Amino acid sequence: MNALLKSRESILVGAILALLVLISTRFAGFVTPANLAAVFNDTSPLIILALGQMVVILTRCIDLSVAANLALTGMVCAMLNVAVPGLPIPVILLIALAMGALMGTLNGLMVWKLDIPPIVVTLGTMTIYRGIIFLISDGKWVNAHEMSPAFTAFPRASLLGLPVLSWMAIIVIAVMAVVMSRTTLGRSFYAVGGNPHAAVYTGINVGKAQFRAFVISGTLAGLAGYLWVARYAVAYVDIAGGFELDVVAACVIGGISIAGGIGTVGGAVLGALFLGVIKNALPVVDISPFWQLAISGAAIIIAVVFNARADRTKGRVILKSAEHAQ
Amino acid sequence: MTMVDHIKTRVIPDRLTTPTQRILRSWEALLLLVAVGIFILNSFASPYFLDAWNLSDATFNFTEKAMIAFAMALLIIAGEIDLSVASIIALASTVMGMVMQAGFGTPMIVLAGLVTGLLCGVFNGVLVTRFNLPSIVVTIGTMSLFRGISYIVLGDGAFRGYPEGFAVFGQGYAFWVISVELVIFAVLAVVYGVILHKTNFGRAVYAVGNNATAAMFSGIRVGRVKLTLFMLTGLMSGIAAVCLTSRLGSTRPSIASGMELEVVTMVVLGGVNILGGSGTIPGVVIAAFVMGLVTFGLGLLNVPGIVMSIFIGALLIGVIALPRLFAKLKGAK
Repeated sequence: MNALLKSRESILVGAILALLVLISTRFAGFVTPANLAAVFNDTSPLIILALGQMVVILTRCIDLSVAANLALTGMVCAMLNVAVPGLPIPVILLIALAMGALMGTLNGLMVWKLDIPPIVVTLGTMTIYRGIIFLISDGKWVNAHEMSPAFTAFPRASLLGLPVLSWMAIIVIAVMAVVMSRTTLGRSFYAVGGNPHAAVYTGINVGKAQFRAFVISGTLAGLAGYLWVARYAVAYVDIAGGFELDVVAACVIGGISIAGGIGTVGGAVLGALFLGVIKNALPVVDISPFWQLAISGAAIIIAVVFNARADRTKGRVILKSAEHAQ
Repeated sequence: MTMVDHIKTRVIPDRLTTPTQRILRSWEALLLLVAVGIFILNSFASPYFLDAWNLSDATFNFTEKAMIAFAMALLIIAGEIDLSVASIIALASTVMGMVMQAGFGTPMIVLAGLVTGLLCGVFNGVLVTRFNLPSIVVTIGTMSLFRGISYIVLGDGAFRGYPEGFAVFGQGYAFWVISVELVIFAVLAVVYGVILHKTNFGRAVYAVGNNATAAMFSGIRVGRVKLTLFMLTGLMSGIAAVCLTSRLGSTRPSIASGMELEVVTMVVLGGVNILGGSGTIPGVVIAAFVMGLVTFGLGLLNVPGIVMSIFIGALLIGVIALPRLFAKLKGAK
């Protein structure tokens, strides 16, 4: 099974490489190291969110509120910066993480304590969080000239040749890789998604694990919220509108099974990078950016068909019938 | 979704409830009470509320969404969901615009909208039933795909200049203040009520939603039932696209964006179990009125649309959370 998962990721690596070769025939400048680093930097928020979403999907849930969470946190950070320009960046980062965690906690509590289906909870909180942005900002924009220079400079600051935004993504990838494969917390997510009944018998609280997954997803969305607003130096109600679909798409393309229990950090990252390469390549190969939505939609469908086939060959048939009997 | 069921203790009551009691205690009765309450509140809150034409205008807030909600209710009862309905509207409306630009008249434009909706439903249904895929993911994918195609065709442009006769669907009145849309809504409500509550197919829908495996062993073609429901949802989205395009008189790729949320909210508010297996059409009809009255009342009070969406979101979570919360508190005693 491990080998199969590995091959699945190598397929994705192959697909991304093939995509890069294809693009380079039209526009050689795309594959220079500097540009690839720029593509990675541009994809960083997607990677951060996809890793949070991965944990949620592993536990058989879904979090559609991540983009709204990102936007609300971003708006709060921006308004805070306007109100108190001298606030140091680490404090803002902490506030962003805490706000994101709080919103994730709300989602998680409703799933855990009230047993409400995650899709209902997060569809609801998605609109509520967006609505709150309008309420606190009065529908106004926070523009670049209102933000302090330190606030907007942070994600762009260069460190060892890469911007801080990229380093943030790398740190999140590293932490998640360790958590998912080396800690009981990470294993519990897989256990809960793979077979909730068995998880209960091994002493894992299914609801609690799902709650924790939502908190992780929310926290990462909060982090991405500050980085997003600071990087684009603007905050308004609709930032990252519809981004939750890209995040779910990245996970599905990365081989994370929506039925729970299957998926890796590497898969989620590669899925995000796949979408990132497409998004950045469209303008340089002279395809209208209006194609992007349809392409990511088609990519989701193809990936999910592909996933289903991969699942089928895994010989989990015996378990399947038991699962249905629940 | 938490899959772990706790062992339920079953209490056998001394006396069975009478049918009247059951109706009075039903979700629909509660909802009707809420609707009447909102109606009275609204008429106090704004002097413009109790006006036949204003109330007629208010129905446009929900007629198109409710048309889709009827089919969606059946789909959710059967244990599936379609998040692509708003995008189907966008695609159907775009195809209608293309047919219009090619010089065809109203009948062909309408036909194009309906066929596009139906085909989108077939696409969703085949993916879900043939490949055995989860409908949430499939329809999140087609949600991007369908609207994406609209963006490819239209970019940041728009189709305008629909023929005069086409306006009747969204702007016409059948008689006095009763709009054509309201008539379509009423007819569809009856049709879906009959399908769900009076036909074999309706029983099959409940059976599939409650236990697909048992349904299969009792001779129901589960895949075919689901495919039919996806097709119906697509077709209803096509009808809604005709009405909405006719009402707006133009097509933009962003048309009806976010409507899937309101449709799902309407269905869930109507008492349909989001996990499948139970729900009624009368419930959805009352829920449509409740949502229409809430948004219209808030509109009269000059509450902006995005703030209204907070109410919708809270309503969605609230209607599911409150009964569970009460049950929990009751169990804790």
